[in-house]
Amino acid sequence: MKLRAYALQALIVVAILLTLYGLATVVAARMRGLGVEPGFGFLGQRAGFDIGDTLIDFDAADTYGRAFVVGLLNTVAVALVAIVASLLLGAVAGLGQLARNRLFARLCVAYVELFRNVPLLLQVLIVYVLLIGRLPLPHEAWHVFGDWGPDVWLSKSGLSLPWPVWSNGALILERPVLGTFTFSGGATLTPEFIAVAAALTLFTAAYIAEVVRGSVQSVSQRQREAALALGLDEAQTLRFVVVPQALRSMIPPLANQLLNLIKNSSLAVAVGYPDLVAVADTTLNQSGHAVECIAIIMVVYLFLSLLTAAIMGGWHARLLRRQGGSA
Amino acid sequence: MMARLKRRAWLSAGNLALGILLLWAGWHLFDWAVLQAVFLPDASACHALEGAGACWGVVAEKYRVIFFGRYPLEEQWRPLLAIFVMLGLLGASAIRRRRGRRLALLWASGLTVFLLLLKGGLFGLANVDTPRWGGLPLTLMLTVFGLGGAFPLAVLLALGRVGRWAALRALCTVFIEIVRGVPLVAVLFMAAFLFPLLMPKGWDIPSLLRVLVGIILFAGAYMAEVIRGGLLAVPKGQAEAAQSLGLSYWHVQLSVILPQALRKVLPALMNSAIALFKDTSLVIIVGLFELTGALGLAVDGDPKWRAFALDGYLFIAIIYWIGCFAMSRYSRALERTT
Repeated sequence: MKLRAYALQALIVVAILLTLYGLATVVAARMRGLGVEPGFGFLGQRAGFDIGDTLIDFDAADTYGRAFVVGLLNTVAVALVAIVASLLLGAVAGLGQLARNRLFARLCVAYVELFRNVPLLLQVLIVYVLLIGRLPLPHEAWHVFGDWGPDVWLSKSGLSLPWPVWSNGALILERPVLGTFTFSGGATLTPEFIAVAAALTLFTAAYIAEVVRGSVQSVSQRQREAALALGLDEAQTLRFVVVPQALRSMIPPLANQLLNLIKNSSLAVAVGYPDLVAVADTTLNQSGHAVECIAIIMVVYLFLSLLTAAIMGGWHARLLRRQGGSA
Repeated sequence: MMARLKRRAWLSAGNLALGILLLWAGWHLFDWAVLQAVFLPDASACHALEGAGACWGVVAEKYRVIFFGRYPLEEQWRPLLAIFVMLGLLGASAIRRRRGRRLALLWASGLTVFLLLLKGGLFGLANVDTPRWGGLPLTLMLTVFGLGGAFPLAVLLALGRVGRWAALRALCTVFIEIVRGVPLVAVLFMAAFLFPLLMPKGWDIPSLLRVLVGIILFAGAYMAEVIRGGLLAVPKGQAEAAQSLGLSYWHVQLSVILPQALRKVLPALMNSAIALFKDTSLVIIVGLFELTGALGLAVDGDPKWRAFALDGYLFIAIIYWIGCFAMSRYSRALERTT
């Protein structure tokens, strides 16, 4: 009986491996038929396309491989900005839903219901169209902080702000200056970047707010009462009693939301922000190496997911160890 | 006492400021969306607004493309009817408490009518190929057929992952974790670019079908994890008792374990359904024009109306919002009754 079960399992595994091998052979043959040699050798070839938004130098003469690195860095950049912003906004909206100020609580609930129930892609498109349609041309750019504040300009070409650069061995703050058509110097966040980062933040923060609310509500009311009875004020109770306990049950679902955020950053392709997926899309259309490009996307996202899960898991474990209890 | 009074005063001062701010924002929104808005399909009136009011005229002008995509103009009563058939089916299943054979029959016939209306080719209806399908019927179709396909797949994956066979357990786990680790866009790319390479030369599977398979695989992996949670929450004694009665594995699972497990995770499954409804908007990335894509189709190529894409997107956002909100409210009502 046991033997039969093992034999059957072995058979299933062999059958699946054979099927995968067969499919791989078929795909390779079809690709050769289309004049594309399967393999990752193409990463060394000249890309021949430009990328609008890069953190490292890139031009059309560089390789596909470097294009993928540019895309990966862009993905990480937009995801990091959105993670920090959505954690902040999510915490405010989550705690806000429980605030004693009824009006503010209602406002937070309304925010969550509004942004959770609209597809993220639509939100990205709406923010993008809003930016492109309503912002002034560069030579009429809005001076965000007025004439005396930091030199930050907002226009159709994006958000231009001062940025530290190395010059003659010293770190100086370079200010953006308006040229004939657009700003130069400093750093510029493109409208595509802003649209993706803002929509990701608004969407994910609505979910994070629900996680925060749920975890805080799961902390026993008695704990709160006991803390108040000991003479702690409202803010201290929240900071020293409620939040530390809520964090324990909060971190796993929070990790899930951050994983979703990273995966969702791939929607950048819809507005042409050159993230990993957008670069892969261009490359696979141009070179025909569809299988390899999809494989790169999948491996990179799996790696990013594992990395995030490991970081959050480590944080959770450390928290539990320090608090000396079980979740 | 003084401190509390002071707090109160601050709180109400804050309330007042926030209230005034909200009233001000609400009034401006109302002014923009209703009072100043142009509701007629008059492009020059919309341009004359210069952003002071909404241009709902873009919807009035382009509603056919928005709702039906590239579906042939003279045949558009068919997708319209199909929308009502689908909404009727969903409504009937939501209202009626009695589930079972009659409901299954209703769905089978309803979905047949739905597909027949869209595809045609029978009973004198002109044939309309799937690349022409679009708009709201496509959104509904991808959601409902996606869920219908993903659910059985999810049940099998979940059973495999908690089952006794180590090899099957490993396979299901690897599949679920890989799919959950990658974005839907990657799965859609696979459907668009990889699936055709797997087919023998000359076979042409319509893009819609390939994308639907991709959506089913994706949603199936997520729902499998939800169902697995339910399976693990059913006490072990249930399976043991059923087994000792001499029931077979499938009989135990189907009539004892799954009904209990599914009831436990119904709200979470509902969340998966809502997520899928929203995720169907992504198929525009591989060139299918459901609701979101259809709007781009309607305005992007038209210089007269291109400037009012925002108003169009807002209109579509309202449709999605109503759908999602209705589903989540229904889910909460279910939670209370079961």
